[in-house]
Amino acid sequence: MTKGWTLYDPRLAWMLVAPVLLLLIFFLVLPIAVMMVYTFFTFVTAGVEQATLTLANWHEFFTDSYYHGFLLKTLRVGAMTALICGVLGYFPAYFIWATTFKHKWLLLLLLIVPFWISFTIRTFSWINILGEQGVINVALLKLGLIHEPLPMLYTEGAVILGLLHFLLPYMILNVYVSLESIDRTLISAARSMGCTSAQAFREVTLPLSLPGLAAGLLLCFVLAAGSYVTPLLLGSGRDALFGNLIYDTIMGELNWPMGATLSIVLFVVLGFFAAVYTRYMGMSQIVKGLGG
Amino acid sequence: MTARSGDKEGRWAWRMTGFITVCVYVFMFAPIIATVILSFNSSMFGGFPMTGFSLQWYVKLMGNEQVLAAFRTSLWIALVTAVVTTAVGVVTAFALVRFEFRGKQMLSTLVILPALVPETILGVGLLVLIKAVDQPRTLLILVLGHILLAVPYVVLIVQARMVGVRRVYEEAALSLGASRFSSFREITLPLLIPAVIAGALLAFTISFDNTSASLFWRPAGVETMPTQILSMLKISISPEINALGTVMILVTVGIPLVGGIILQSLTRLRRRGEPKEETQ
Repeated sequence: MTKGWTLYDPRLAWMLVAPVLLLLIFFLVLPIAVMMVYTFFTFVTAGVEQATLTLANWHEFFTDSYYHGFLLKTLRVGAMTALICGVLGYFPAYFIWATTFKHKWLLLLLLIVPFWISFTIRTFSWINILGEQGVINVALLKLGLIHEPLPMLYTEGAVILGLLHFLLPYMILNVYVSLESIDRTLISAARSMGCTSAQAFREVTLPLSLPGLAAGLLLCFVLAAGSYVTPLLLGSGRDALFGNLIYDTIMGELNWPMGATLSIVLFVVLGFFAAVYTRYMGMSQIVKGLGG
Repeated sequence: MTARSGDKEGRWAWRMTGFITVCVYVFMFAPIIATVILSFNSSMFGGFPMTGFSLQWYVKLMGNEQVLAAFRTSLWIALVTAVVTTAVGVVTAFALVRFEFRGKQMLSTLVILPALVPETILGVGLLVLIKAVDQPRTLLILVLGHILLAVPYVVLIVQARMVGVRRVYEEAALSLGASRFSSFREITLPLLIPAVIAGALLAFTISFDNTSASLFWRPAGVETMPTQILSMLKISISPEINALGTVMILVTVGIPLVGGIILQSLTRLRRRGEPKEETQ
């Protein structure tokens, strides 16, 4: 060991974190900083821009209702997805926590398995359920309940369904982690003092599990609002979200300054929600939910 | 006390909870099962009804040179990502848990950001940076990008385990004359093995599965497995895609499962050879 260094010398710590720190600086911090500068660049023609500073991109964003519509729709879809996730995800989390089923680990494992399955495959597999030749339409046609396939695929509903499918495990695990940290004797105490099970749930379990629910809501909202693949595969052109708009602006129109502007807008808007959340809840619950 | 052992209202609520739980699990797995079943369908169209059992789509898949190339690319990228991310993630977690230094809090927040910032933004950001300094998109950049996306998970997993490993073990080795490196290698690392393997597997799947960011970062002409699937889906939904999906599921679910089983039997073997130790 280098002479003169203490056992837990900060210099050694900096050496250990250096690779990750460099990666974070060059691949996360610097790109976002450069992107901010790019929002003031002048767009000349597809793929070409000038370093002449201008407010044109921001002006376009703030005055063109086309962009506002996209942003509002994205926030609406994100919020709806997060709320449905919260409602649907709470039950399984509670069930896994409260059950006396011997193979509880299996229920938890089944929640983690989707994380291993390719997101693209999980998303396109919905085509086999909702499509014209999907399970639902074929079954309903066979039963004679409908005469023409229902148009379920390539709708906003299909996009939300796909997002739910992707985000529910996040929600369930977040709520579960927070339920696990509840001292179960508190619930026994409430019951022994005369609470009905519903009251005990309402007064003790639910409030104590709210941090996990809140962390799950934030995570689901941010991930849904930032999604790109799901609307692309399960939605029609009208159901495109902000992520698709960014992709098309950059990869399609090759308008880099505007693409950078839109990226910064999404970053700031989602960052605002995350900041409000951390202001009240702190980061620790999110850290726990992500696997810590 | 759970809701079950309660009054009538509680029993009813418990049954409803169980019912919704079953529904959610069905919802989670129904589309995947449908895809696996359809991959064996002999019909020309990628949909129901089943017209017969056939392996022809797998045969066709094995002859699809584009798919095989994309598979190899993804496999290599994921392997490199898993190895590098685990290495840098473990030392970062070590530093974050054991050391006190200025800016530690900020660094711990910064480390999890790649998991929270939407991939589209990370994708565009890096692309803009590359363009600004006039560099081409290369495989190296794609791999480093994947490492960035996987680092938060590896650090969090290892950190959580490291907190439970008491530092007196390392310090004892140091006081007995071990070097800093060998105390880490001989004491800390073996105690961290479950978290290290879990982290490596997760990093592998994150890379192998990455779609949105890879669409931005991949060099011209290079397809990874997910981007290949996307471009195939753009053309048509053929039964071949269902077969491809099934193979992917086998790979990405099989590897962690087998890894987990090996890990379990390893720990069991080791336990048998040791006297009972105090768990911390």
